[in-house]
Amino acid sequence: MDMLTQWLGWLPSLVPGLLVSLQLTGLSLLFGFPLGLLFAVMAAAKIAPLQWISFLFVEVGRGLPALVLLYLLYFSLPDAGITLTSLTTAVIALTWNTGAYASEYFRAGLAAVPLGQKEAALTSGLRGWTGFRVIILPQALRISTPPLAGLAVLVFQGSALAFVIAVPELMSKGFEIASITFEYLSVYLLTAVIYGSLTLLFLGFVQLLERRLGRHLQRN
Amino acid sequence: MITELLPAIARGVGLTLYVTGASLVIGGVIGLVLVGAARSPFAIVRGIATLYINVVRVIPPITWLFLIYFGLPQFALRLSTIQAAIIGFSIIASAFMAEIYRSGLLSIPDGQREAAHALGLSAVTTVRHIITPQAFRVALPAIATYGIGLLKDSALASTIGVREITYYAQQSAKQTHEGLLSFVVAGALYIVISLVVALVSRQVDLGLRKKIGVA
Repeated sequence: MDMLTQWLGWLPSLVPGLLVSLQLTGLSLLFGFPLGLLFAVMAAAKIAPLQWISFLFVEVGRGLPALVLLYLLYFSLPDAGITLTSLTTAVIALTWNTGAYASEYFRAGLAAVPLGQKEAALTSGLRGWTGFRVIILPQALRISTPPLAGLAVLVFQGSALAFVIAVPELMSKGFEIASITFEYLSVYLLTAVIYGSLTLLFLGFVQLLERRLGRHLQRN
Repeated sequence: MITELLPAIARGVGLTLYVTGASLVIGGVIGLVLVGAARSPFAIVRGIATLYINVVRVIPPITWLFLIYFGLPQFALRLSTIQAAIIGFSIIASAFMAEIYRSGLLSIPDGQREAAHALGLSAVTTVRHIITPQAFRVALPAIATYGIGLLKDSALASTIGVREITYYAQQSAKQTHEGLLSFVVAGALYIVISLVVALVSRQVDLGLRKKIGVA
């Protein structure tokens, strides 16, 4: 009971942090997914330099721990004369990370569309970009949507990393309260509950989405 | 410059490997218990195992570490940074390893168990000599992939002060003002370790395949 009253007292100061977490997640997904699609398309292109660039960005984005990527940008951008807020830096790092992982899912989705679809598009007179846009891409997107939604949940959890470069998100707010009240266990339990319940909510959405996208495959 | 940075940051490789390895082993053992519990005939045991796996997975790793390192001392349970990191990552790894084992077990056809039963093998012998060797071979690539993921997650241990790769990279970045280079070196170390793990697991996997005659 005691803990619950404490929690209710802290909630007003944690909510702004949660909003920053959600903003960070939202922006990273908003930029990260199109970036991932771009990387996937570049990797499938027949132009070698495009493939190399895509390979480099994807492997660095996936191969480095998100934390190292975050520090890398945070410590190096100011030296290059670029001063950004910590939130912007975190958005760039998470976007890169998200884009790299998303590109793999997009690539898998594109690869899963049978070659016959492309040939059928060609014989129907839909060449190049048009065929890709109206025939291949929609089918690929349906296949890659469930793993991408799962990735979105992971990005939300990853947004907690922005704490280390002092972005005022949920974890930092929790840390702030904990250093004032010394109630570390209670504060971090509350943040864990917030992260956990929101993640469960998102996962519920993902399941719903998966079922909806698979509707036409079910037979009664 | 890089000749000074590399040895300074590479000092952390030992602890990175130690934290990752210990957590993977401890988490792997707890995961075995969990997957056993998840298949238990008692609904309550199954329920607890499923709840544990889900609770662990929905909370971000950094929150786990802070809960353990900053929260537990309130119960007069004072842990060193390394202990806290290993406990935290073991808890996280146990849930993911349990899921990996489960998918490995699912890939074993029921016929194997039935055949073992028909041959008069006991339940323990069946699990020990029939199910586990086959499930392990299926699960190995997933375990290696998860191990690489855990290696990257272990960078988080630097936030509670474990002196691993990221910790030393941060120190160098602050002391030498070579932020870019420090973290490029750290990143390169992680990638090299990941590649070695991937190559070794591939070799082991190929070896196992050859042994049982699967292409």
